[in-house]
Amino acid sequence: MPKTLYDKIWDAHVVHEDSDGTCLLYIDRHLVHEVTSPQAFEGLRLAGRTVRAPDKTIAVPDHNVPTTPDRENGIENPESRIQVETLDRNAQEFGVNYYPVHDVRQGIVHIVGPEQGWTLPGMTVVCGDSHTATHGAFGALAHGIGTSEVEHVLATQTLIQKKSKNMKVEITGSLPPGVTAKDITLSVIGATGTAGGTGHVIEYCGQAIEELSMEGRMTVCNMAIEGGARAGLIAPDQKTFDYVKGRPHAPKGAQWDAALAWWTTLKSDEGAHWDKVVTLKAEEIAPVVTWGTSPEDVLPITGHVPDPESFSGGKVGAARRALDYMGLQPGTRLTDIEIDTVFIGSCTNGRIEDLRAAAEILKGRKIAVKRAMVVPGSGLVRAQAEEEGLAQIFIDAGFEWRLAGCSMCLAMNPDQLAPGERCAATSNRNFEGRQGRGGRTHLMSPAMAAAAAITGRLTDIRELAPQPA
Amino acid sequence: MEKFTNLTGVAAPMPLVNIDTDMIIPKQFLKTVQRTGLVKNLFDEMRYDDQGNEIPDFVLNQPAYRQAQILVTGENFGCGSSREHAPWALADFGIRAIIAPSYADIFYNNCFKNGMLPIVLPQDQVDVLMEDARKGENARIAIDLESQTVTSADGQVFAFQIDPFTKHCLLNGLDDVGLTLEKVSAIDAFENAAAQARPWI
Ligand code: SF4
Repeated sequence: MPKTLYDKIWDAHVVHEDSDGTCLLYIDRHLVHEVTSPQAFEGLRLAGRTVRAPDKTIAVPDHNVPTTPDRENGIENPESRIQVETLDRNAQEFGVNYYPVHDVRQGIVHIVGPEQGWTLPGMTVVCGDSHTATHGAFGALAHGIGTSEVEHVLATQTLIQKKSKNMKVEITGSLPPGVTAKDITLSVIGATGTAGGTGHVIEYCGQAIEELSMEGRMTVCNMAIEGGARAGLIAPDQKTFDYVKGRPHAPKGAQWDAALAWWTTLKSDEGAHWDKVVTLKAEEIAPVVTWGTSPEDVLPITGHVPDPESFSGGKVGAARRALDYMGLQPGTRLTDIEIDTVFIGSCTNGRIEDLRAAAEILKGRKIAVKRAMVVPGSGLVRAQAEEEGLAQIFIDAGFEWRLAGCSMCLAMNPDQLAPGERCAATSNRNFEGRQGRGGRTHLMSPAMAAAAAITGRLTDIRELAPQPA
Repeated sequence: MEKFTNLTGVAAPMPLVNIDTDMIIPKQFLKTVQRTGLVKNLFDEMRYDDQGNEIPDFVLNQPAYRQAQILVTGENFGCGSSREHAPWALADFGIRAIIAPSYADIFYNNCFKNGMLPIVLPQDQVDVLMEDARKGENARIAIDLESQTVTSADGQVFAFQIDPFTKHCLLNGLDDVGLTLEKVSAIDAFENAAAQARPWI
C-alpha cells in the first residue's frame, strides 16, 4: 500500500501495538529545557529510575535565561535561577548531553538541535515544548509533549501514542518578492484556523516549499502547532542533506552513505491516502500580519482591521475581545497601526537568514520605535552575525543586540512588553499576555518587522522606499 | 495517579473558544520546579486586576463556582503551549473534568496524565450543559466514566467517547511509566534491531 512520509517514519518506530491501535513509539531524540523538565527528573528520582538513553537526550536552558550581557554574572531572578540550576544539576546527575548558559552553542532548543546535527531525517524527535514541530523541516517526526510524557521518555525512550491522520498542505508555484516562509505558514493558519490541523500530521509540499531554504522550512514547520497539528513535515531532499552534512552529530563516512540511502526513500508515495488536503497558491500569498490574539487572525498587510460581526459563531465574541485587548478599531488600515517595540528572534525566526533579511532592510537606517531588540537563536548564530557585520547594522540602526534565548517570544525573562505596548514580533504567538501582561503582539516576518522598526508602524515591505545610498 | 470513576458537581461556565494555555496559566508562573501550588495563578489575567485584586465578574471568583469541579467551555480548549502546568493548575483548583466540543491535542493528553477527564461532546450538548453550569449550585452535572455518560441537571444523558486504554488507566489510577516498563524487553529488542538498521542514530 502506498504510504505517506508520516506513515513511513511512524512504522519504523513502533515498538509495540495494542489491539486498539495504541502504540509504543521509539524516540530517537529527546530535547529538554529548564521549564518543563524539573518535575519530570524529580519524578524519576522519586521512583528510583534512570534516564534510559542519555546519549539521545539533549538539554539546554533557553526559556527564561536573561539575554543581556550581564547574565555572565548569574541570573538575578531567583526562580529562573533555580530552574536553570536545577537543569544544570539534572543534566549532570543523569549524564545527558548539555549546553549550559555560558557555552557558545547554547540557544533555543529548536535551533540548537538542527545546528548541532542532532536532528536528522526520519527520526522521531520530542521535546517538552510545542514548537518541536520545527524539526519536521528535516523530514523528522517531531512534536511537543507534556511534562509527564517528558518523564515517560526519559525513563523508557518511548512514548504512548495513537497515530494521527495525514494532512497535505500544498503550496503551488513560487513566492512573489517580499513574501517569505513566515507568510506561508501564517497564511496556512489563516486559511485553516488554529484547530484546522487538530488530530493530523501535516506534510507541507509543493514548489514553493521545495524552493525554500532549510531555514525557511523550519519557519514553516515551526508553526504547524499553531494550526493545531501534532507535527509538520517536509520530505528531505538535497538541500536537507547538504544542510546536515558535516554537522557535529551528523553521521560520517560509511554511516553517512547508509543514512543517505534510507533518507532518500523518505517521501510520500504516489497514491498515498490523505485525510485532508489544503492547497494554496504561492502567487496569492502576500506579506501578512496578525491583527488579533490568535495566530489565525491573519490578514495581508494591505487589509483593514475586521469587524467582529463579520465572523460567525464563537468567533464573534473572541474577535470582539481580541480587538478590545489589542486596542484596535474595525476598519482601521493595518498600515496605520503604530508600533512601540520590535522583537526579532525566537525559534520561528531567530536563525542567520532571518537576521540577514532584517539587516538588509535596516542597513543605513534608524529605528522610529521606542525600542527594538534582536535576540539571535543561538550563540553560534550570534557569532556568525557578528562576523558578517550584521550585528553592527542592527546596533547602528538602534537595535539592542542580545545573547541567545527565547526572550520576548514568551517573556519569561526580563524582556517583556509593558501593558498596552504594541510590538511587531517575528515570534509565533500573539496570545493575550504572551509577551508581557497587557502587551499587544503583531506577528510577521523578519523583513516586515524591520520595516516596522524604521517607519514606526506596520508597513508593507513591498512599498518601503529604497535604501538611502 | 489519582483515579477517576465518577463525579457529580458544580460546573463553571466559560463560553469562550480557543482558551489557550497562556490564559490558563501565564508563563511567568511556570518558574516552579514543583507540580503543586499553581492554583493561585490559574487564569491569572482574567481573575485579577492590575493591583492583584480579584475581578468579581470572573466566573471562578463568584461564590457559586469557587468549589467547581467541572469546567464547561468552547472549542479548541487548551491550545497553545505544551505546558502541563495548565492541567496542574486546573487540578490544583479542584477541576477534575472539562466538557468542550474539542481540545488541543497536547492539552488533551496532559489531562489524562493527571487524573483529569476532558470530555468531548457535540456543540448542542455542550450548550445544554453550559446552561446548567450558568445555574451554579442549582444545577449539578453528573459524570460517569465507566458508562461514559454525562447527565445534565434535568436528567438528559449524553454519551461520550474515550479511548479504552486511557479509560482503563484513569479508572484504575495507573501510571504510564510503570506500565511501559513492563514492556522493557520489547524496547530492548527494538533498540537492538534499530541499532543494526540505522546505526547512525
Ligand atoms: S522561542 Fe518561543 S516558541 Fe520557541 S521554544 Fe522559545 S518560547 Fe517556545
